[in-house]
Amino acid sequence: MYKKLLWFIAGMHIITRLKQSIVAGLGVTFGIATFITLISFMTGLNGLLDGLTLDRTPHIHLYNETGPTKVQPLDLVAGTPTDWHLIRSVKPKPQQSRIHAAPTLIKAISTFPEVAAVAPQVSTQAFYTAGAIDLNGLIAGIDVEQEERWYKLGDYVSPGSIVALSQNDNAIIVGAGVAKKLSVGIGNKIQLVSPRGNSLSLKIVGTYQSGLAEVDDVQSYVNLKTAQRLIGEPDSYITDINIKLHDLEQAFPLAQRLERLYDIKAVDIGTANAQFDTGTSIRNIITYAVSITLLIVAGFGIYNILNMFIQEKMNDIAILKATGFSGADVMKIFIIQAMTIGLAGGTVGLLLGWIFSYTISRIPFEIEALPTVTTYPINFNLTYYFIGIAFALIATFFAGYLPASRARKMDPVDVLRRQ
Amino acid sequence: MGRKSVIRAESINKFFQQPVPFQVLKNISLDVASGEFVSVMGKSGCGKSTLLYILSTMDTDYTGKLYLNDQLITGLQAEQLAAIRNEHIGFVFQFHFLLPEFSVLDNVSLPAKKLGRKNSEVIREDALEILRMLDIGHIAEKKAYRISGGEKQRVAIARSLINSPSIIMGDEPTGNLDSKNSANVLSIFRNLATTEGLTLLIVTHDKDFARQTDRTITMEDGIILP
Repeated sequence: MYKKLLWFIAGMHIITRLKQSIVAGLGVTFGIATFITLISFMTGLNGLLDGLTLDRTPHIHLYNETGPTKVQPLDLVAGTPTDWHLIRSVKPKPQQSRIHAAPTLIKAISTFPEVAAVAPQVSTQAFYTAGAIDLNGLIAGIDVEQEERWYKLGDYVSPGSIVALSQNDNAIIVGAGVAKKLSVGIGNKIQLVSPRGNSLSLKIVGTYQSGLAEVDDVQSYVNLKTAQRLIGEPDSYITDINIKLHDLEQAFPLAQRLERLYDIKAVDIGTANAQFDTGTSIRNIITYAVSITLLIVAGFGIYNILNMFIQEKMNDIAILKATGFSGADVMKIFIIQAMTIGLAGGTVGLLLGWIFSYTISRIPFEIEALPTVTTYPINFNLTYYFIGIAFALIATFFAGYLPASRARKMDPVDVLRRQ
Repeated sequence: MGRKSVIRAESINKFFQQPVPFQVLKNISLDVASGEFVSVMGKSGCGKSTLLYILSTMDTDYTGKLYLNDQLITGLQAEQLAAIRNEHIGFVFQFHFLLPEFSVLDNVSLPAKKLGRKNSEVIREDALEILRMLDIGHIAEKKAYRISGGEKQRVAIARSLINSPSIIMGDEPTGNLDSKNSANVLSIFRNLATTEGLTLLIVTHDKDFARQTDRTITMEDGIILP
């Protein structure tokens, strides 16, 4: 009843000053609409760019690293307190690229609670031969199902399909650069020669395009068995293990643990792609800074108009107070007014922002790197809409608070005496 | 007299600090009893409006004691004073002071809605009845800025009556009206005092007006003349 009364008075004020209220509301509308558009577009683009690398990158990569042995035999001998050991010109020991007891290792790692998926891989160098030409190449033997599910390999295969690879032990997906240089396409045969001289004739079922020329010029994918066959190794021969985690944050500690546990090189995603994190967070900061500036400007608009309004309504405020409305009541009336304007302006802003971002998401956008992407990426995440409306309400609350508290403190006697 | 005191002031002093320190009210004491129609007269600047604002609880910057219905109200919180004004004191100002965008009916009903004792239907009926009693029932739905000055003053009176207050205070309620409307307002007040037994305290310049009241308090230079 009493609440309704305050709403009634506030509503009356808005209706009788509709034009000014709309202008104030429009400030919020444009602020929020720009915020939504900007953040949807920026985070969409960020997601795409990050995806280019991060989707393709395992959270932890296990392999055998070539390098000098860290602890040399001499180090095991206790030194005297006055001198120390110095070995010059340490050379690395020849090392197998095969991971020791890989199937057992994979099984063990799969049981870690942090781990979402473990995918084995066989990497090897090979030559692509066509006629008299030998092209240097890298062949990755993959578990196709895992690779598609966790690393979205299919997104980078065009034309062709990754499914064909899993069904056929004599199939290959070649890098786009390789296909171009050898002038081959889907359905053609390609000859692979391993460093040890094994030769294998495979049928091309697709081309792979990462967008990075140096990768596309050498990289090809076959299934795990085919790669093992190419280099003449048994089923247990695995050179790399790629791990995806449930939580990215766990990558670093887990990598260190695995390194200690299994005596193997483990690289986490943060170490491998440090610059990407930085790029993303800077883009996010810019987006938020611009949006918040816009909303603050909108807040000033509301502050201004409410201030003017209260100046105009001095008499009304004096009457309300004289007839028994308390300062808090008067303040509530103006806060209600400000926040109604904020809510209405903000809601329209959300709608407008959605329309803008939808429009952008329909604009054609072709990039080499991602054959499956045809329009601008937009992130329609609901969270941003909540942030937008929350910010609209908070901004209008503060914009309304100052003028409203002035109205609260205003002494009706001053107004009456002035007459 | 034997009648109940409605508003009683005991040695009220009031200073203005600006533009120069100045004592507006000097040790004012007065008592208005229930059912009395009292007028306050005096030249401009004698402090009669200032006294009225203090008696009306809107001005709290004074020394002395103020009682409403024998209860001390000096020193109460602003919120409590607002509630007291709402329930016990009706106001009529020189410049009618209505909310211009609201209808006449809304203007009259607002204090009752604030009080919240009755539901909107009853308040509406009450307001209409008071408007009819003051012969302005026909303009109930009009916006306040569309009615004439005389009508506005009668609406202001209607508003002051809506919560059946203990006292009605007027700050030169006829000061801005022509003689016909002044006479009208005066007769309304006279009528309310006689037939309804209402207590009224009206500040005025108008000698004719003062003559019609039960008692006239004359002020000069911040004191009440005997």
